[in-house]
Amino acid sequence: MLNSGISVLLEGNNLERLLNGLFVTLYVAFIAAIISIVLGFIIGIIRTSKNKLIQIPFRIYLELFRIIPILVWLFVIYYILPANFGLNLSSEVVALLVFSLWGIAEMSDIVRGAIISLPKHQMESSKALGLSTIQMYGYVLIPQALKRSIPPTINLITRMVKTTALLTMIGVIEVIKVGQQIIEVNNRSYPIVSFWIYGFIFFLYFCICFPLSRFSRKLEKKWAI
Amino acid sequence: MSEQVPILQVKGLIKKYDDKLVLNKLDLQVDKGKVIAILGPSGCGKSTFLRCLNGLEDVQGGEILFENKSLVGKTTKWRDVRQRIGMVFQSYDLFPNLTVLENILLSPLKVQKRKREEAKKQALELLERVGLADRANDYPRQLSGGQKQRIAIVRALCINPEIMLFDEVTASLDPEMVREVLDVIAQLATQGMTMLIVTHEMNFAKLVADEVIFMDKGSILEQAPVEQFFSNPQTERAQQFLNILQF
Repeated sequence: MLNSGISVLLEGNNLERLLNGLFVTLYVAFIAAIISIVLGFIIGIIRTSKNKLIQIPFRIYLELFRIIPILVWLFVIYYILPANFGLNLSSEVVALLVFSLWGIAEMSDIVRGAIISLPKHQMESSKALGLSTIQMYGYVLIPQALKRSIPPTINLITRMVKTTALLTMIGVIEVIKVGQQIIEVNNRSYPIVSFWIYGFIFFLYFCICFPLSRFSRKLEKKWAI
Repeated sequence: MSEQVPILQVKGLIKKYDDKLVLNKLDLQVDKGKVIAILGPSGCGKSTFLRCLNGLEDVQGGEILFENKSLVGKTTKWRDVRQRIGMVFQSYDLFPNLTVLENILLSPLKVQKRKREEAKKQALELLERVGLADRANDYPRQLSGGQKQRIAIVRALCINPEIMLFDEVTASLDPEMVREVLDVIAQLATQGMTMLIVTHEMNFAKLVADEVIFMDKGSILEQAPVEQFFSNPQTERAQQFLNILQF
């Protein structure tokens, strides 16, 4: 019985379909990650401002994405925007949008945290040397913050990859959705098939996230101060 | 020769944190080439005073004149002033992401836009003088506290300031490393650098300072030539302070 289940993986173009699904997963996660890193970095730097008018709106934005589950954000944008604002977005675009907004928020907090955790005298001695604010950020603060940001950033990317599992709920044909389709077709003839398909998906996620997580832990150790 | 204008004049300087008065009407005149030691118990406002002179703290009243130009008010170009009033802090404040030489050259090249060759030459000469020429390409983490602090002094000197402010530069050093840093400052004194030195090293103050100001609770209680202050302090608070330290 077990044997007959595993054969489904290799039947027809099932394997290819699963890998295509995985590609969609990675596509959404990594495009969103790149957008998040770039914009999150800029917003993170802006968020180190002491001006409350700058701090508060970004803080609210971040909290909205921390408090409200990503699934709810996906539903809100996928179902409510078209219904109430006549804005039709494909599920992939909604996925990219929500993941990027979430990632930018989290990334900005990583960068902001990294900068404000630098010793205060780094700023003071930059000023005492006559550096302008831009020079202080460019030559002193950002290079140091960059190093501190990398491990949590990799951690964020891993979370994004895993969270793509939710995208099946708005109809993105990513790896889990493909898995479900294959299981639906074969469930009658091979009741054990879900074990093999989900097991294989488990293995795929592992192959992506484990190296990332190891890499981040290695960097954390290397750069621990 | 006509009477020289003091390089730095402080008149009735007031600093408050919210309602707490930290500096209470300080007056001070610094002539060019003079070394002034600022003594006093912890929390008396010595460091805050130095930081006001460099624009790291804003002031709530009074006047600071640097070469007869006011530094008080919103229009002060602190970036320019800071190139002429150098400061070294208590904490080792080198930038860990840059090598020793890059640390020293950052301000000369990026702020003062000087030529690399010329600035580097000066940097290496200064490093030679503090005995660290061979560490130019090291990173700060490879240096001891005393070495870092000597480099921090070189870094401040390399922008060619007219006044140097030293804020307890040996306070967080291992006792064995205090000497090498104080030697560098003493050397500067003999070269005629104008300096304001906040320190707890009484013997050092005796040796290098021309004048002492003694502060307590945000006020200057006593200002006197160095021999006079140590041999015959006028105020009871200063006597008490010296007695405790010379046990």
